[in-house]
Amino acid sequence: MTSETMTVVGRRVRTSVSHVLLVIVALLFLVPLVYAVSTSLKPADEVFTATPHLFGSKIQWSNYKDAFSYAPFGRYFLNSAFVAVAGTLVVVAASSLSAYAFARLRFRGRESLFVLFLGTLMVPQEVLIVPMYWLMQSLGWVDSYWALILPWAFTAFGTFLLRQFFLTVPNELEEAARVDGCGPFGSFFRIMLPLARPAIAVLTVFTFISFWGSFLWPLIIINSVDTKGTVPLGLAQFSGQAGTQWNLMMAASVMAMIPTVLLVILLQKHLVRGLLVTGLGGR
Amino acid sequence: MATDTTTVAPSGPPKQAARAGRRPALRRDGRYAGIFLTPSLGGLLLFTLFPTLMALAISLFDWPVFGERTFLGIDNYTHLLHDPVFRRVVLNTVLFVVLYVPLNVIVSLGLATWVGPKIKGRQAFRVLFFIPVMTPMVANVMVWRLMFQPGGLIDSTLQSWFGINAPNFLGSSTWAMPAIVAMSVWQGFGYNFLVFSAALDQVPQSQLESAQIDGAGPLQRFRYVTWPMITPAIFFATTMTLITSFQVFAQPFILTQGGPGVATQTIVMYVYNQGWQFLTMGLASAAGWVLFVIIMAITAIQFVGQRKWVNYDV
Repeated sequence: MTSETMTVVGRRVRTSVSHVLLVIVALLFLVPLVYAVSTSLKPADEVFTATPHLFGSKIQWSNYKDAFSYAPFGRYFLNSAFVAVAGTLVVVAASSLSAYAFARLRFRGRESLFVLFLGTLMVPQEVLIVPMYWLMQSLGWVDSYWALILPWAFTAFGTFLLRQFFLTVPNELEEAARVDGCGPFGSFFRIMLPLARPAIAVLTVFTFISFWGSFLWPLIIINSVDTKGTVPLGLAQFSGQAGTQWNLMMAASVMAMIPTVLLVILLQKHLVRGLLVTGLGGR
Repeated sequence: MATDTTTVAPSGPPKQAARAGRRPALRRDGRYAGIFLTPSLGGLLLFTLFPTLMALAISLFDWPVFGERTFLGIDNYTHLLHDPVFRRVVLNTVLFVVLYVPLNVIVSLGLATWVGPKIKGRQAFRVLFFIPVMTPMVANVMVWRLMFQPGGLIDSTLQSWFGINAPNFLGSSTWAMPAIVAMSVWQGFGYNFLVFSAALDQVPQSQLESAQIDGAGPLQRFRYVTWPMITPAIFFATTMTLITSFQVFAQPFILTQGGPGVATQTIVMYVYNQGWQFLTMGLASAAGWVLFVIIMAITAIQFVGQRKWVNYDV
């Protein structure tokens, strides 16, 4: 009896120790993010100090305002938001249409076409950037919003994700609609799209985030950074300069992170489904 | 808007038409399929399939960004083979992969097992560790660049706690690569953490408990009960991590600019430099294709190897 209570107590102790250690690990993990926020609120001359301080001599909220005059971050944020929203719209529209065709319409060559779609996932972006740049030159799209939005808006990820979802929708729903005279467009818009809202939300959020964070392609294709640059491009550009104002840089970085952090928290129940989109589509 | 025009039932007896057999429906489906598929298919043809082939074609030319193009055959590839910088760059990339992938998998699998399926608040860990996966890479790297600076967080902590100076991480050929790997593990392991904890949720508690009653310790339980059930997740995670780690770019580009010298320059940085610093697109394209072939080979090896250890029918 006593030995049994001992083991129970022992297990409790071990569990709580393990919990405490886990919390410490989580806190350590948070250090860079806390450091970013902390630095973003310090006066410029207190960024580098001999001893680490969480707070400077004062909390300088004005850094968040000053970042916008230090570099055209207002412009960068607008550009990033515009490009990410437009790109996401194209991705969701194109992939929900093709996903419906693969999930519900019967046509010749459907399976082999789907394999071709999936095959395109194998090609890494780094192979495509050179010919894509040439293509943009040929189209006269170098240094344009078109080039930021369209080239990466047709990937098979969205098609694959939504097709998987459409396949789980019972056929009966659509058959009933078809009997009532609903064509494919009708059942697509009236039945499938509303039902697929959760899957579309996942695709939307993860596509938005991958456009928002995209770096290599904007770096290549945008020359007029001041007017057409995106947030990552602006951050990289201004970090390269001597005498970098790190407190302002951190303020800008934190602002670049905030929308994505909010979206992750908002969509936390669906993170697992989003793995596919991020893992494969993280551009 | 489009719904209004298409959902209205066409004239004629709809019920009969729907009954009238599958053949006409199939043919009609085919026409609709064309409409549904056009945007995606057109986009993929123009922006993925065509450029993939063009990449191969460009790699066979001396192809400056502006000016005369000359056919070279495989000269770009032989040039790469003999270019000491390219060799170094491949080595650097392999070194990054060899350090990063095992560390990432160990950290994420270790933490996922530790957090376990039973703990309260494990969703909070998932969200927390996933945050840097989703925040813009450039912003993440920027934070770490500041941390690694002399006088940055690591240096000042070491100074005030132990009275020693941290090495100049990003300027040292010894420390630059480990610094890049550390930053990347912090940024990236949340993805695999999520993969593994989703897989661990599927392991039946009853089996773990009966193994425990039979006297199996934690390591044995992990080895003989948990491990066989999560091998598909481990296969997925290692394959994905391998593929993406060969494409590493932003971390060295912003942390070290490939330096000191070319000590941390990676294949993708080489592609970028050849294409957009030296404006030799042919060589850049060839390097891109070399990367593609490496990735395909690694993936193929993974898929062949999985038969030996991945268990799909538990």
